[in-house]
Amino acid sequence: MILAYLVRRAGYGFVTVLGVLFFLFVLFFLVTKPEDIARKAVGEKAPPEAIAQWIANHGYDKPRFWNPEHPADTLVVEHFRRALTFEFGRSDADDVPITRRLREGVGPSLALTGPLFLLEIPITIALALLVALFRGTYIDRMGVVACVLAMSVSILLYIIGGQYVLGKVLKWFPISGFDPRPSVIVRFLALPILVGLMAAVGEGVRFYRTVFVEESDRDHVRTARAKGCTDREVMTRHVLRNALIPILTQVVVAIPFLFTGSLLLESFFGIPGLGSMTVEAIHGNDFATLRTMVYIGALLFVAGQIVTDVSYVLVDPRVRLE
Amino acid sequence: MIEPYVLSNGVVAALVLGGAGVALAVRRSGPWREAAGELWRQRPIAVLIVAFYVGVALADSIAWVGGADPVRPRSLVDRLFPIDFQERSYSAPLADSLFYEPQVSLTYPGRHLLGTDILGRDVLHMTFKGARVALLIGGLTTLIVIPVALLFGVSAGYFGGVVDDAVFFVMSTLASIPGILLLSALIIVLGLGTWQVCVALGVTGWVGFCRVARGETLKLRELDYVQAARALGGGPAGIIVRHVLPNLMHLVVITFVLTFSGLVLSEAVLSWLGIGIAGSWGQMIDQARDELSRDPIVVWNLAAASVALFGLILAVNILGDAVRDVLDPRTRRA
Repeated sequence: MILAYLVRRAGYGFVTVLGVLFFLFVLFFLVTKPEDIARKAVGEKAPPEAIAQWIANHGYDKPRFWNPEHPADTLVVEHFRRALTFEFGRSDADDVPITRRLREGVGPSLALTGPLFLLEIPITIALALLVALFRGTYIDRMGVVACVLAMSVSILLYIIGGQYVLGKVLKWFPISGFDPRPSVIVRFLALPILVGLMAAVGEGVRFYRTVFVEESDRDHVRTARAKGCTDREVMTRHVLRNALIPILTQVVVAIPFLFTGSLLLESFFGIPGLGSMTVEAIHGNDFATLRTMVYIGALLFVAGQIVTDVSYVLVDPRVRLE
Repeated sequence: MIEPYVLSNGVVAALVLGGAGVALAVRRSGPWREAAGELWRQRPIAVLIVAFYVGVALADSIAWVGGADPVRPRSLVDRLFPIDFQERSYSAPLADSLFYEPQVSLTYPGRHLLGTDILGRDVLHMTFKGARVALLIGGLTTLIVIPVALLFGVSAGYFGGVVDDAVFFVMSTLASIPGILLLSALIIVLGLGTWQVCVALGVTGWVGFCRVARGETLKLRELDYVQAARALGGGPAGIIVRHVLPNLMHLVVITFVLTFSGLVLSEAVLSWLGIGIAGSWGQMIDQARDELSRDPIVVWNLAAASVALFGLILAVNILGDAVRDVLDPRTRRA
């Protein structure tokens, strides 16, 4: 049963990925012409021969849709074939193989996003449980106000402020940089993780609080209280467990994106992960790298959705996948 | 080719007329008037703050040629400040001389309430002008998003079948691309500029609202009065306009307010990535990267833009929660 579901779900996911690839083709080959990409890579004033040479070197010189002699030798076929076989080619900016970049970048990205994720989830959930326990009181109201205040600050300010106050003035952490040796890596990652936590907690606590408050109004929670459960038991056993579905929807979907890193945190703190790579691609008009990152992001998202659906079965016996 | 400032004046006129029309419609319909009154009673300060920002933005959109400068059009906000209200470089708030060259005195000593930036532009003036950009991002984008999302969402929900499948496929395709990546890819491809950024934000933003509209239409379609309208021989267009859309309006308002702050905040991030809109608060914050590494540091530029951004977002967030409480029957207390 579940196997049939998985096959169907994966099939639909595959169709979605094809849709994303088609969208990318329209965006990167129809809206922008290969000549535009070449001109940005070689230089605005380059002679036409140099541009033609660049286009030929990168394999962008084929007809887009229709090639009467070799029907398969077109840009659109090539685009789909390369993406589906994970052959990403070379960067448009500096000709480095994109696959090598991906391999080098995923480690630093995970070193940042992994611990951040592992700290963020329990902290936000614990805080939200606490606020939900005191719902209707001053603690709850102050908690909600604090969350809305925290949410209204741009993440840029958290980063700039964190770097300035904790890095430059108090000198607790290096302002930016990265060193993968285990003895010093913590020094460099502490500040970005702290800043990432500050930026994420407000919205997270507010979301989970709504979920928990809704759950605390249910009959079974009142029954649990009536039969004499302590606050802690009520919150963890009766509220938290029943709120797992909305929590999983948020949490599991986020896991795949740990691999793609964080655009802002990585580039602000000089961590050479996939997020910095994407920012460099945006700055350097590196279309091939950007295209690859969008494609990988979509692949991971589709995979995350399937895993989320399966995880529902694990936590809620009422859910059946058919 | 129409001059940009004439177009902007036209847009202001259209907005004021449209706003007056909406206000009249709200006054005439009972539940909406009640909701508006409730909103005002609950959150008067947030309403006033948002109204202030809207006022500044509108005042900065009305421009005409004449007065001290016979060539360039200047807006109402520009006219609050002297013409060429400029220094050579940084100067602290209310200072008499340049910040890094104290021996050079200013053209307008003691007149720059919030100081000047690296090019000597008045920070208060730029902060005022940022309001227009911020509201343009939020407003223009939602004005693109809502009709598109309603069109696709409602037709998917109402007609079902192939239409529903097609819309759902497009939605899940776009939803599966991580937001910031999709945004940057779109802007890189479309080019920089206000329209392009708003279109890109619209492409990434319509999916969420489309999903809500589709779900709600699916529910409404089965209700008795819609069935009755169909039994009486009403065509789909009439039923959608007369019976479905009015019942989606509260969702439109809620979504509008709730997405607004997200849009303005993402523009700040885009500015930092170098693909934002010129003159936004995000761009002013972006400059702080250099300013904080100077010695002594320059903070007034960063502070002014951050406070302006924070004030708008906070007021809109508070208003959004209140709007949802007032309009959403599920959270309305008996």
